[in-house]
Amino acid sequence: MDIIVCAKNVPDVAEADLNISDKGTDIDKEDLVFGINDWDNYAIEEAVLLKEKYGGTVTAITVGSEDDEEVLRRCLAMGADTAIRIDVDGISRFDSFVISKILSRVVKDLQFDLIFTGVLAEDDYCGMVGMMMAEELNINHANMITALEIEDGKARTTSELEGGLGEVSLIELPALLTIQTGINEPRYVSILGIRKAAKKELKTIELPDLGISDEELSPRTIIEEAFLPPETEGAEILAGNPDKISSDLIEILKKKGVME
Amino acid sequence: MSELFVIVEHRLGEIRDITFEMLWKAGELAETLSSNLTAILIGHELNSIAEKISDRADKIIIFDDEGLKNFNADIYKKILVGLIEESKPTLTLIGNTSWGMELAPCLSIRAGLPLATDCIDIISKNGNLIAQRQMYSGKIFANVSFAESDGYILTIRSGVFPTDRIGDRQAQIVQKDFALKDITVKKNFIEFVETAAGDVDITQAELLISVGRGIGEEDNITIVKELAEALNGILSCSRPIVDKNWLPKYLQVGTSGKSVTPKVYIAVGISGAFQHLAGISGAGTVIAINKDPKAPIFRTADYGIVDDLFKIVPALKDKILEVKKGG
Repeated sequence: MDIIVCAKNVPDVAEADLNISDKGTDIDKEDLVFGINDWDNYAIEEAVLLKEKYGGTVTAITVGSEDDEEVLRRCLAMGADTAIRIDVDGISRFDSFVISKILSRVVKDLQFDLIFTGVLAEDDYCGMVGMMMAEELNINHANMITALEIEDGKARTTSELEGGLGEVSLIELPALLTIQTGINEPRYVSILGIRKAAKKELKTIELPDLGISDEELSPRTIIEEAFLPPETEGAEILAGNPDKISSDLIEILKKKGVME
Repeated sequence: MSELFVIVEHRLGEIRDITFEMLWKAGELAETLSSNLTAILIGHELNSIAEKISDRADKIIIFDDEGLKNFNADIYKKILVGLIEESKPTLTLIGNTSWGMELAPCLSIRAGLPLATDCIDIISKNGNLIAQRQMYSGKIFANVSFAESDGYILTIRSGVFPTDRIGDRQAQIVQKDFALKDITVKKNFIEFVETAAGDVDITQAELLISVGRGIGEEDNITIVKELAEALNGILSCSRPIVDKNWLPKYLQVGTSGKSVTPKVYIAVGISGAFQHLAGISGAGTVIAINKDPKAPIFRTADYGIVDDLFKIVPALKDKILEVKKGG
């Protein structure tokens, strides 16, 4: 079972105070901590689990700058055999369409049974690279996978639907699957593990060497403006020490009829 | 006259709300763009579904075949590529749902049309099309424009547009056939499975105390559980807690879990991803405890406490027990 995993290095914005960059089309990323996209973390784990069960290889791929290699080193430490970075200085000039073209061009020359991407990327929230690749490569596909078994050379997948329902399908390989969070428990990666994995092959491909036409490298969507969410009335903020806040909350709970 | 396409989403014989929401927005756009609004309905035994949208579209194109009974992105794509080539719709709207997220990118590549996903608004200004969407977990909004094209595909986030009818339309029904026999299906539908069945039904709860990523460690959930017990409320959670296997799926609030309607919803350490907020839109009063003042949950909550949950939650529990004892 040879598996390719596409992974992305993204900024952690969970508790960050975000500012719009000077160009006005993205956020200022200078002070943010980067790491593997959460969905991709589950994707690489799923690939490594399958490799451990059935043998084969796992290849991790990213499109990005040298800084983004961190994400590949993490994948290698988790159990990927090789990694490929397509060297691009800052991917923000590309949209998902272009990224999917670049990735498709690279994986076309590789041996694979499965390609995994995360369902979404935490930064742009587009969620389209995976399925665009499947179409470019003309291979089978399934979305939002929460469970995966291999049966007689086919993939038995459960796709997450809305409202607590799963859809079970049987898919012929090769196939591209977008992996949903929660499908497994991604293993812990230590600094030592990353250091050990430094011996593994990390190949760099220059974008011009791929021979992709300019037309295919022109984005189809352009961010004209990024901005902070419009002000809403928002919540009434309860301030004070924990004791005061607790008293206020109890009053509210009583008023709303959920506490006697 | 130009045309707008809305791809009808339905499941197990029921029309999905996202369809009504897309038809609402498309109805509004059809007015400003002077376009015809066409709903595309693919499946089997579709009469009752067609009836429900017959006053919301100018035309309903129906592909009815037993072989179309189950959703299959590949077949949908092939049908739609043909229709798009034929009618050249300015816009094709698809739900940003599990199915829509599989279909739309494939269709975009095959039909050669630009795609913007997860749109929360569509703005047509001086002949230019702008899709509004969110990035960075809803902390940033973006206006997106497109490379020039005959048409565009947009997927629409659930719950952002009303499900109401807009305008007065009378749909002309057009039945079409699709040569299914020429297609080898390489993805076979097996079954639907309930992934969120369990002992506790959070949809019936009057008071939910819900825990999210901010709790940090599995063991810390105890303090939220104790608060729920002190209040005679029910413990629920957001997605990351289920992903980590700390609580069962049937306690999950949100799009992929349960939609809840308690009188009071207390969100502890939940930032408020839109999938979660969609699940609490029917809640009476929302109280949020989170240390990040920019957390999206504060935009929809009625009351907010911007503080460390590890200080507030135990203090609140003690106070409640004290009040109860005293009363």
